Amino acid sequence: MSLRTPLKQAKGLGSAKDGVHHWLIQRLTALALIPLTIWFLVSLIGLVGADYHAIQQWLSMPLVTVLMVLFLSVLFYHSELGVQVVIEDYVPAKGARLAALILSRFIHIFLAVSGIIAVLSVAFGA
Amino acid sequence: MAAGNRPVSPHIQIYRFMWTMALSISHRITGVFLTLGAIFLVYWLVSVASGPAAHATAQALVASLPGRLLLFAWTLAFFYHFFNGIRHLFWDAGMGLELGAARLSGYLAVVAALVATGVTWVAAFGITGGAA
Repeated sequence: MSLRTPLKQAKGLGSAKDGVHHWLIQRLTALALIPLTIWFLVSLIGLVGADYHAIQQWLSMPLVTVLMVLFLSVLFYHSELGVQVVIEDYVPAKGARLAALILSRFIHIFLAVSGIIAVLSVAFGA
Repeated sequence: MAAGNRPVSPHIQIYRFMWTMALSISHRITGVFLTLGAIFLVYWLVSVASGPAAHATAQALVASLPGRLLLFAWTLAFFYHFFNGIRHLFWDAGMGLELGAARLSGYLAVVAALVATGVTWVAAFGITGGAA
């Protein structure tokens, strides 16, 4: 027995070919960002006036390292999904739109990896 | 009908201005603006990983007047996107979609963003009296 409605079976995943995946992940990342951003902001307030050594020590605490890696991953995933929709809505020319979408994805992945590697290299004392 | 000559939906000038419209587009604008803030966050983290000299350069940027103004704008944009985002999540759950409720929650999101931004900056400055 399939839980899919007859309409869904007839029409497949729609023109974007990924069904509700984009919509769902945008909301899931938003939900995850509620505690992560508040944690990050409270931490930043606590770090006001901290010197280099104190910031290094803070980033090296295991829980902080884990939360920062999660925060950066979810943040840039959420940002990529949002910027993607903005490009799709406001760049009408097909070629320019495709180029902008690809560029946006590359930049987002580059930023996420850069941030995560920076956090890890501080955490592991490289 | 030729592909380039199809009827399109009315342009936005045709609609009477409503606050909910301004709040809606603000969600996108603050979202894109916060992505720029995320780029700065990565720069700051990379500076910490690169050593004290690079970090001092980043801290000087943060402490400068344009840096402070940007940080303040990012704080406000963040809290607006945060509270308005929660408003969106309620809508997605089918709640608060009536006109009156949507208008009220819009005002609440703006007020909450202003208050939270104020509390954040008072808390941050209260610790060191404004020293970066």
